[in-house]
Amino acid sequence: MEALIVSVIIFTLATFLGVELINRVPTTLHTPLMSGANAISGITIAGALIVAGGEHGWISTVLGFLAVVFAMVNVVGGYAVTDRMLQMFKRKPEQK
Amino acid sequence: MSHTLTQLTYLVASVLFILGLKWLSSPATAVKGNRISGFGMLIAIVVTLLDQAIVTYQVVIAGLAVGSGLGLWMARAVKMTSMPQMVALLNGLGGGASLLVGGAEFLRSELVNEQLPIDTSITIQLSVLIGAVTLTGSFIAWAKLQEVMTGKPILFAGQKAFNALLFLAVIGLSAYQVSVPESVLWPFYAVVAISLLLGVTLVIPIGGADMPVVISLLNSYSGIAAAMTGFVIRNEVLIIAGALVGSSGIILSQIMCKAMNRSLANVLFGAFGAAAGGGSTKTAEGLTVRQTSADDAAVQLAYAKSVIVVPGYGLAVAQAQHIVREMADLIEKKGGEVKYAIHPVAGRMPGHMNVLLAEANVPYDKLFDMDQINAEFERTDVCLVIGANDVVNPASRTDPGSPIYGMPILNADRAHSIIVLKRGMGAGFAGIENELFYNPKTAMLFGDAKGSLQKVVTELKAL
Repeated sequence: MEALIVSVIIFTLATFLGVELINRVPTTLHTPLMSGANAISGITIAGALIVAGGEHGWISTVLGFLAVVFAMVNVVGGYAVTDRMLQMFKRKPEQK
Repeated sequence: MSHTLTQLTYLVASVLFILGLKWLSSPATAVKGNRISGFGMLIAIVVTLLDQAIVTYQVVIAGLAVGSGLGLWMARAVKMTSMPQMVALLNGLGGGASLLVGGAEFLRSELVNEQLPIDTSITIQLSVLIGAVTLTGSFIAWAKLQEVMTGKPILFAGQKAFNALLFLAVIGLSAYQVSVPESVLWPFYAVVAISLLLGVTLVIPIGGADMPVVISLLNSYSGIAAAMTGFVIRNEVLIIAGALVGSSGIILSQIMCKAMNRSLANVLFGAFGAAAGGGSTKTAEGLTVRQTSADDAAVQLAYAKSVIVVPGYGLAVAQAQHIVREMADLIEKKGGEVKYAIHPVAGRMPGHMNVLLAEANVPYDKLFDMDQINAEFERTDVCLVIGANDVVNPASRTDPGSPIYGMPILNADRAHSIIVLKRGMGAGFAGIENELFYNPKTAMLFGDAKGSLQKVVTELKAL
């Protein structure tokens, strides 16, 4: 239970930090914010990798493999598409 | 690699995620922010791969390769207009990953007859519940946005009671699963199945135009699901990253709701657009609209000192964002000033219209939020409304009987003159007549937005 309390504290503080950070993002960047945040939530990959590589029977391996694929699409797709969008915002006004 | 070193690396990754979000607060530093966040993810993955818990690498590497390839392909191929669908899909996959990790952890403990501590059991159930709802809910949102299924709310008798029942069933079964000491699997499978069903039944009654809220909310769920998985596997980086994403989605949903003057509960359970249409007290009978031609519109724009463009989703559907920019360049060459007024719900997701205009090379300093620009309309010569309807409907200010009454709108009707580009006289999504179209200052230019603008551009060049 002790460990759970620590985790709950971390979760709560991180939520408040998130609110502060996200409130500063201008409306213009809300779509890249969403896809970028999405990529961050792909951090489940850390759990997926351990499940997939753990040799706990074939069910775990299959579920783990799928989890790695799902999370990795989330991570790579999320970061790549966010980068693509943000590049468009970086363009100089005069550039044709 | 030692446990401490792994933990410290996860801490570094968490800090990089936070920095990345911080730098997203300005378009100038945003690219750097996203890349630093990506770098954080990379080191988190590498350090996880070095963990002793991973004994075989074939499956892991195959998964990484397939996922990366698919993700990269999606990111390259997606059109900017389809960004909401893309984000919906990514949300769904994130939720799916949490469901799978939670599920695998549960089945593993059952297999080796390990008695999980009660808190781990509870968080496994939560991880599975939220992950599954996010997975199927996002796919329904995707299908609605992609128009694979109808965008209209799907309703049936007793729907709310049915959903409530499903929810109670999940909670009851989860509680049972956690409390029984002996090894039983059926409640777990039932929880998975009902949660997947719940994702579907929660999203089908929500109309297509409310999808921005739903996507934001599902984004939040995918973060919370990741955090729950973090509780299950005792991994702080998942908890921190999940909490950050969770709060991001909640804030965006709130912004979207405020922009539509509706509560989150109303969006989720109100089935807007199903009953609307009969709610409006005013009809257009006896009123006439003034039509204009592309030539006249071009003359008007050529001599305008100030022009505000109000883009709506109709512009994106017609892929007219590039031609708008061409028109704006011509007007500016003739000495006029062009600004863009972006309503928060102008696109299909938060900030969508800004991305579409950025794609067409419109500089971001010409894009203005509703609050920034609303006072300027009364000093503006021409307001050009392209494929927008409800967000410029004055009924939201004047008609308490209107379903959109109280929704903040762009003050297009206060400009000296208004040109509305529209395909026909069909009502907006909410099925409400728009008084703006009957305003004596308003001229309607009927036709496909892209075609009409093309003609205006040709005329402007000739002038």
